[in-house]
Amino acid sequence: MMEVTQSGSAQHAAVLREFGCEHSLLSRPDGSASFVQGDTTVLAGVYGPAEVMVSKESFDRATLEVTLKPKVGMPGVAERSKEQCVRQTCEAALLTRLHPRTSITLSLQTVHDDGALLACCLNAACMALMDAGLPMHCLFCGVCCAIDQQGTIRLDPTAREEKESRAVMTFALDSTDCRVMMSSTKGSYTAAELQQCIAVCQRASESIFQFYRDSVSRRYCKA
Amino acid sequence: MRETPLSNCERQFLVQAIAEKKRLDGRQTYDYRNIKITFGTDYGCCIVDLGKTRVLAQISCELVAPKMNRPTEGILFFNLELSQMASPAFEPGRQSELVVKLNRLLERCLRNSKCIDTESLCVVSGEKVWQIRVDLHLLNHDGNIMDAASIAAITALCHFRRPDVSIQGEDVTVYTPEERDPIPLSIHHMPIFVSFSFFQQGTFLLVDPSEREERVMDGLLVIAMNKHREICTIQSSGGIMLLKDQVLRCSKIASVKVTEISELIQKALENDKKVRKEGGKFGFAESMPNQRITAYKMEVAPVDTGDIGKKAEDLISNTEPPSEFIPSPVVCAPGTGQIGEGLQNSWGLDEKEDGEEAEDQTIEEELQTMDVKVKSVNKEDPIVLSDSEEEDVVILEPKIMKKEVKVQARSTAASKKKKKKKPAH
Repeated sequence: MMEVTQSGSAQHAAVLREFGCEHSLLSRPDGSASFVQGDTTVLAGVYGPAEVMVSKESFDRATLEVTLKPKVGMPGVAERSKEQCVRQTCEAALLTRLHPRTSITLSLQTVHDDGALLACCLNAACMALMDAGLPMHCLFCGVCCAIDQQGTIRLDPTAREEKESRAVMTFALDSTDCRVMMSSTKGSYTAAELQQCIAVCQRASESIFQFYRDSVSRRYCKA
Repeated sequence: MRETPLSNCERQFLVQAIAEKKRLDGRQTYDYRNIKITFGTDYGCCIVDLGKTRVLAQISCELVAPKMNRPTEGILFFNLELSQMASPAFEPGRQSELVVKLNRLLERCLRNSKCIDTESLCVVSGEKVWQIRVDLHLLNHDGNIMDAASIAAITALCHFRRPDVSIQGEDVTVYTPEERDPIPLSIHHMPIFVSFSFFQQGTFLLVDPSEREERVMDGLLVIAMNKHREICTIQSSGGIMLLKDQVLRCSKIASVKVTEISELIQKALENDKKVRKEGGKFGFAESMPNQRITAYKMEVAPVDTGDIGKKAEDLISNTEPPSEFIPSPVVCAPGTGQIGEGLQNSWGLDEKEDGEEAEDQTIEEELQTMDVKVKSVNKEDPIVLSDSEEEDVVILEPKIMKKEVKVQARSTAASKKKKKKKPAH
C-alpha cells in the first residue's frame, strides 16, 4: 500500500483494488458487461432503444429505467436509492434526445458485494452502455473512498473497511474534465476532507478511464 | 418491452429442420449444451452456464422459529427470479405464469423429494431452526431455464456451509466463520431436471431445447431424477399426448444425462474445495477468462495523492462562501415550526362567519393553511404571531383573544377556521 506523507496532514492510503471487466457476456441484451473491483462484482445488461409503454413515453427523449437487484432477498430502499443515483448519472451522460419515444432499460445484478458497490454499479453501467452502442457525450466512472477514524482517506474500500470508517463517499466523474456528476455520501466529514476526497477520486478516475480505453482497444484494435 | 414475435418462415424452418433431425446449433437429438459451473468467493454462491443460459444461485441461512406443525424441521425457501436482463420479454413487477410454474417445479423437486435433511437443521426444537433460503436469478435466457436452475440450486446447496452451533443446556452459541469452521448441509441425493421438448404432436423429441426450439415446441416433459435412477418429479405440459413407452424412453435418457451432470457437479465441487484448501485464489474474479479479447484485467493500481492536501485547501480558500440568507424560524403554534414563506395559497377561502364559539382546541391541518398565509415575516427574532391586518384570517372576538397568550389565540383561530370551513365543503 502506498503511503504518502504530507507536511502536517494525514497519510492517505490510495490504492485501487484489482479491476476486471468483460463485455458482451450475455447473448440476449443489446449490451452487457461485468465489472469486478477486488471481490465486488456487478453484472449490467442494457436493452435499448426499444419500445416504450405509452404511460412512460417521453415525446422528446428516451426514457431510462434502471433496476438494481441484490443477490439475496427483495430489493429494498437502499437499492432504490442506488438506482436513482445511477439513473441520474446515465441520464446526464446519454444523448437521450437522439431517440425520442423509446426506452432504454439498464438492469444491474449484484453478483458479490465487498464494498464500493455503487461505484462498481456505475462502472458496469458505463461499460454496458458502451457495449450497447448507445450515444453518450461523455463516459463516466464511479469511485468510492472512505475516511477512517484516523482521518486517512482510503480508496476503493472493502466491506470491512467501509464498516469501520467514519464516512463513505461515492462520486461519479465524467471523462472529459473529471468533474463530479453525482455524489453520494454517508457519515460526517469536514469541507476540507470532502475536497480532498474529490481530488483523490479525480486522480483515481484517470486510471479507471485508462482501464476503459485499454479494455476497449484490446477488443477492437487489430494489434 | 415486448418480445420480437417469431416469424412464420422462421417457425417453419425450425420445424422442418427438426423433422430432418437437424438442430440449429449442430447438436444431436440427445445432446446437452456445454455446462460450466463457477463458484463465488463466499460459500453457497455459484453461476451455472448451460450453453448461453446463465443462472446465478446464492444460498443464505437464518435462525427462525419453526413452523407450527413441524417443530423439529428446518425450513427451505426457494425463490427463482427472471431478471429483466435475461430477456426483453421479462418485465419487473409482473409475476408471469412462467415464474410461478418454474418456482413450483423447483419447490416440488427440491423440497418434496427430501433431498436435504431438514431434521439436521433443527437447533432448539420448537424454538429455533435454520431457514435455508435459495435465491436463483436468471441472467440470460437461451432456453431450458429449468435444467440450469436445478443444477445451480443443487450445486449451491452442496457448496454451502452454515455456521456451527453448540448447545449447552439452555445456551445456544452460534459461532462465526472465524471462530469455528462452518459445516456443510447434509444432502441425501441430488435431483436434477432434464427437459424434453416435443414437436409435431409427439413425433419428434429434443433434449435440452434452446430458446428458438422452445418457441416452436408443442409440449414439454420435465423429469427430475437423481443418479440412483429415482424419479423425484415428473411433469408434462403443453397438452401433448404421450404414449407410455415414450415416457419410459425419456426417463431412460434422463438417467444417463443425470449421471453425466452429477459427475460434472462433483468434479466442480472438488476442484473448488482443492483450490480453497491450498489457499489459491478463488471467486468469480479468478474465473474470468483471461484469453478472451472481451475480458480485461488490471492489477492493483496505486494513485498519486501527493499534493491533495494543498490542492484541497486552495480550492476551499478560493471558493466564495454561500450567500448568507437564512430565514429565521417562525413558531406559529406549539409543535409547529416554519422557515421561509412557502407558496401563497391561491385557493379562494370562504369568509362566512358562524355564530359558533369553538371550545375544542384541535390543532390539525388547518395550521398548515395558516402558515402559508403569513405574509409579513419579521426577519429578526422568531415571531410568534403575525398581527398584520392584511391576513385572510378572521379571528372571532379578536379583542378578547389578543389579550391572552398569542400562541393559544392562534390555535383557537385555527379551530374556528376549521369550523368555518365545514359549511363550505
